[in-house]
Amino acid sequence: MDLFEARNITKNFADHQALCDVSMTVPEKSIYGLLGPNGAGKTTLIRIINQITAPDKGEILLNNRRLRSADIHRIGYMPEERGLYKKMKVGEQALYLGRLKGLDKKTAVKRLKHWFEKFEIQAWWDKKVEELSKGMQQKVQFIITILHEPELLIFDEPFSGFDPINTNLLKNEITGLRERGATIIFSTHNMASVEELCDHITLINNAKAIISGPVHNIRQKFKLDIYRIGFEGDAEKLHNILNHDYEVLELTGSSAGYTARIRINRQSTDNLLLKLLMPHFHITSFTEEIPGMNDIFINLVNRQKTGVNQ
Amino acid sequence: MQKKSSLIIAREYLSRVRKKSFIIMTLIGPLLFAAIIIGPMWFATLEDREVRIIAVVDSSKLFIDKIPETEYLKFEYLENTTVDQIREDFSETHYYAVLYIAHIITSAPSAVQLMSDRQPSLNIRMHIANAIEKELERQKLATYNIDNLEQILATIKTNVNIRTIIWQDDGGEKESHSELAMITGYIGGFLIYFFIFLFGAQVMRGVIEEKSSRVVEIIVSSVRPFQLMLGKIVGIGLVGLTQFLLWVVLSFTLVVLAQQIFFPDLGTPSSETVVPEDLFSSSTLHQSQPIGPDDSGRIAEIFSSISAINFGVMLGAFIFYFLGGYLLYASLFASIGSAVDSETDTQQFMLPITIPLILSIIVMMNAIMNPEGPIAFWFSIIPFTSPIIMMARIPFGVPIWEVTLSGGLLVGTFILTTWLAGKIYRTGILMYGKRVNYRELWKWIRYSS
Repeated sequence: MDLFEARNITKNFADHQALCDVSMTVPEKSIYGLLGPNGAGKTTLIRIINQITAPDKGEILLNNRRLRSADIHRIGYMPEERGLYKKMKVGEQALYLGRLKGLDKKTAVKRLKHWFEKFEIQAWWDKKVEELSKGMQQKVQFIITILHEPELLIFDEPFSGFDPINTNLLKNEITGLRERGATIIFSTHNMASVEELCDHITLINNAKAIISGPVHNIRQKFKLDIYRIGFEGDAEKLHNILNHDYEVLELTGSSAGYTARIRINRQSTDNLLLKLLMPHFHITSFTEEIPGMNDIFINLVNRQKTGVNQ
Repeated sequence: MQKKSSLIIAREYLSRVRKKSFIIMTLIGPLLFAAIIIGPMWFATLEDREVRIIAVVDSSKLFIDKIPETEYLKFEYLENTTVDQIREDFSETHYYAVLYIAHIITSAPSAVQLMSDRQPSLNIRMHIANAIEKELERQKLATYNIDNLEQILATIKTNVNIRTIIWQDDGGEKESHSELAMITGYIGGFLIYFFIFLFGAQVMRGVIEEKSSRVVEIIVSSVRPFQLMLGKIVGIGLVGLTQFLLWVVLSFTLVVLAQQIFFPDLGTPSSETVVPEDLFSSSTLHQSQPIGPDDSGRIAEIFSSISAINFGVMLGAFIFYFLGGYLLYASLFASIGSAVDSETDTQQFMLPITIPLILSIIVMMNAIMNPEGPIAFWFSIIPFTSPIIMMARIPFGVPIWEVTLSGGLLVGTFILTTWLAGKIYRTGILMYGKRVNYRELWKWIRYSS
């Protein structure tokens, strides 16, 4: 079932178009990646979801119902540019922001105590925010985001500025949140984290959604039919065996063992390739190269760029 | 929604009221006001305790032992000596000054001379001039050989004090004190000016703080931007009101307290009662010399005229015009704060706010001199200046319809400015790194939500 749906969202600013007919569907209890280069319109989309700005066209559905202002309590948002009142005490501030999200004081205090204990930051309660390091502030910010236990969590660039230890902590918390039933949308440039965490993605470039779907499908879709084959035997024979249906891109190694990257043209299949090779070589490994999100991202964005230029 | 607004207001209010600077301001303000009120009175009574002896060289021989002495001012009449002789070793003598009176006393400037190695005080000069005039008058009168001259003089002695009375519409009368009305008007108008600037700037700084620390994006994901802006304006307005009321209460307490300490006799109708000399030296002055009106009487008059001010009306008018003016300007301050990235960028937008306020202060000077004039009238109706100018006019008495018109316009205008400011604010708080100009602001106003 889908928790969230954006339908044909368009948003124009005075001098540029931030979003053009963007749609996306986020299944319940999934982690959804919102990708795109800087200035693509991700933050605008996120602000529209948070009802900070309104779209010019299109609609946002939550549980198949049009998003209403009361739904603010069902959404948790951690902006890219994180900030807190510098002069305000940590505990007081977390309490204030939690209550603004509709929590009553008692519940907010109880949950804050729990999270502060879990992150081992109880000692910070009465400290002013400006006394904390950036990493510390981000922990506080994370707690504030999830305190009202929203169904939908939106993290804008959650890993930027976190050190590796805190990044890991955050990753664990995000997957933990999903296990407890939350749905998470996050925008990021960090493609490794996309492959690691996301079930689905949408790639936005130049205000348009250029690709959308499950991460696995997208990677499959963009594979280039390149196989990496480890073998032992006479490497010289390789070129003679393979006809024009195959292209050897790379051949490395020594008599102890070779690795070849071979592209298969449309007419052939991986099984046929194996059949061709098996009589001549001892095959030690055979894997299909599936492109990383990073390559797909760069590929798509560049392809669009050249398209625009033409 | 209601709950969130009150949360925002509470945070804005408490975070400021708990600041050290607020507490210090709250304490210093009344001290300053009390000092302004009590100070001049106290100085008036604060005579020099040093006994000064003035050598008198009276060539005319008309004034020997005629100049009245006070506790701190004594005269020694020297005969068979000249001014030059005294001058030779003046510093060795115990004289404060030498008074020379010529043979024939006329109004010529050189007929009476007061010489010293320092500047003799104005009080002493006036005291001497007064005494010599009186004595000359007395002697001239004496030449007419009128019987019972002393008694006649005592009976004709009059003291005129003009009281100004304002006829009320209901047929009653009200005593007015125009000087006092001027002072109260000035203080009232100036306080409003001061409060609008002080707390308006606080609104602006608050908005900039939220914007530059980026906390604003978290908050507007929970509440509407307009709600945040209004919450901030109301919260800070309440801080201003709190400060003002604390000032009023503390100042009043301090003034009453100071009155008890410095002028304990003012409570009783007769100021002639015996007063300890060391505490209140001017009363002895009064007993020993006829010149000058009764000092303590004057102070009593000041107190009585202060109590004649209608404090209820003043307080009500102040609160209304402070809130009206503050709300009008605070929303503009908020929109400026939202449009810039840091306080240094605010200059270009501050001008349109500063000009009407500074103009108000200039016009106010005119208004307290001529509270019924066309300048005072129009500026007390125009909403951008009315809070200050009307406040300055109120102590003089203003027709109800004028106050109603000016108040109504003020309320209407602040609703309008708040609405416009809300539109700028909504766009501005999420806009970073953009040089904003007036055209840009106009664009933001015209955005449909």
